[in-house]
Amino acid sequence: MDYGLDTKSTRLKTFNTIFIITWLLIACFPFIWTFWGSFKVRADFFSRSDWWYAISAFNTLIETGGQFTTNAYTQAWTEGEFWKASKNTIIVTVFVVSISLFLGTLGAYALSRSTEKYAFWILMAALIFRAMPHITLVSGYLFPFFELQIWGILPTTIVVLVAINQPFTLWLLYSFFKTVPKELDESALIDGCSYFQAFRHIIMPVMWPGVITAGLFSLMLAYNDFTVTALLLNQENHTMVPKIQSYLGTNQHEGNLMWAVSAVVSATAPLFMLVMFFQRQVISGLTAGAVKG
Amino acid sequence: MPNKTFFWFFLPTGLAMILFIGLPIISTGIQSFYAQHDQVVKEVKKCDPFGCTVSIVVDNEETSKIREAKPLGKFNGFGTYTDRNHLAVDEIKKFWNETESFGAFIDQVTNLPFYKALIFTLTYCLFVTPNVLLLGFIIALSLNAVARKIRGPLIFGTILPMIVTPLVGSLVLFWMIDSQGIIGANIQNLMNDPYLSLKSSKTLTWITIIIYGIWHHSPFAFVVFYAALQTVPQEPIEAAIIDGASRFQRIKHIVLPHIYPVVTFVALISLMDNFRVFEPIIGFSAEGSAQSLSWLIYDNLVNEEVILFGSAAATSMMTIIGIAILLAPVLIRTWKEFKTAR
Repeated sequence: MDYGLDTKSTRLKTFNTIFIITWLLIACFPFIWTFWGSFKVRADFFSRSDWWYAISAFNTLIETGGQFTTNAYTQAWTEGEFWKASKNTIIVTVFVVSISLFLGTLGAYALSRSTEKYAFWILMAALIFRAMPHITLVSGYLFPFFELQIWGILPTTIVVLVAINQPFTLWLLYSFFKTVPKELDESALIDGCSYFQAFRHIIMPVMWPGVITAGLFSLMLAYNDFTVTALLLNQENHTMVPKIQSYLGTNQHEGNLMWAVSAVVSATAPLFMLVMFFQRQVISGLTAGAVKG
Repeated sequence: MPNKTFFWFFLPTGLAMILFIGLPIISTGIQSFYAQHDQVVKEVKKCDPFGCTVSIVVDNEETSKIREAKPLGKFNGFGTYTDRNHLAVDEIKKFWNETESFGAFIDQVTNLPFYKALIFTLTYCLFVTPNVLLLGFIIALSLNAVARKIRGPLIFGTILPMIVTPLVGSLVLFWMIDSQGIIGANIQNLMNDPYLSLKSSKTLTWITIIIYGIWHHSPFAFVVFYAALQTVPQEPIEAAIIDGASRFQRIKHIVLPHIYPVVTFVALISLMDNFRVFEPIIGFSAEGSAQSLSWLIYDNLVNEEVILFGSAAATSMMTIIGIAILLAPVLIRTWKEFKTAR
């Protein structure tokens, strides 16, 4: 936005700059600090005597002989079996994203092209479903899943995450499909295409930006989920986030905090890269529902 | 689109939602009327040279037999809803009759698990939602005023707290605020109180979780407001400048009315998300002093000995009712709009 007539006072400009810098520090410093600390030993990053040790690496020097150590990473990935957790996360994420998009594009296309009353009610129902806390749904799943003996395995979790993700995906893709002019598929129908052919050959090729946005959000949901994965998967199949929680320890057994720190960094880094790359899509997705609808 | 085509297009996603969102809600409803079986006990007579004693032990065989025959548990009606861990009807009656002042009564009631959790959840929503709206709006205004070239990286930095999962976000903050972390240690030095720590005070814990909530959700409000600001028309603003309106007046009378629908949207979404607050409590290991409704359900479901399905389901149903109350005004408004539009 150019301000045109609006001339700004230097005082306001300085204030603005200070405010943005402060906010960015608050937003980013915790991540930078955790990244820095993950290369120290526990006695430094969680120092009982002096917090400055985290910077001067007092104990890291004594224990490992260097300023930085990657011990926490190697141990968490091998001994802590974080490799298994990341493998599970990749499996879950890939399947959730592809199935969500497949179901979501079909459903949202139908909703956007229907002029019937029920389309409105379906969207309202999806909104209500979107509001359900995931933990209340999980409390509904657990008992039937135990009885059917499908608890603890990855396919169950994938299907559940796809379903939980559908309301949001539907709303998002619906608002994108609405922007594609109806004349486009109508002309295809006149030319003798079936609805599915029109969808497949005419609409989908122009929908890629929307599909990428919806895919990113499904990915973030599957990748970040804690409630569903922690309660529906057994130890063996845990994904990254519940694995991190298991490193924290409980009253019964001592955890390994440095494993958790390095695991947090390992889990967050790919996500940050992805968002850096697809920043425009993330923002257009968040605003699609709000600004256009 | 003809109904038949619509049906086939919508079937897969509809089926997924009905099976895994609709049915579980019904399943939760059914489970909430059942409670886990009592353990079967039997008397065992033990005799030694000094005489016989009768002791009561748990008959594991019988207990597991009953559990297998009726895995859902015994029918409990509204029993679970009214017991001490939920609405605590009897306890409240007792407190009402016994306590002398109204303050003491409230004190007693807010110590019951369900009400404690409800109060924390509502407090969290009440403090986080408005602050998220405010901070998000200020950041959006502020970023909108910087040069276009450097906005990209600034936006990236701003949205970081939002894209990490709440558990990781709260852990990252907790490791700094904890008494052994950088901020915690410095506050101890500053206050000259070596015992000052997050876990020692309930108020501090609540404040920390609320600050975390604002930190985590503001970027979302920012992104939406920022996009909305791009659509504000320039002509009225220029006219206002010529008429001598101050910056504050311009925001209040032109920008805010323009983005008002978006504000309600953000408020609604963030209210829904805040109502399910749960992961930060685990991240900050704050179970001792802060419990939310979602945390109560989680705690029942990870119970070590026997999973308390009934208890978790009853809390779930009440949480769903809470969500329905939150959503009701919006749904009613949308329905009215829909009716007048026809």
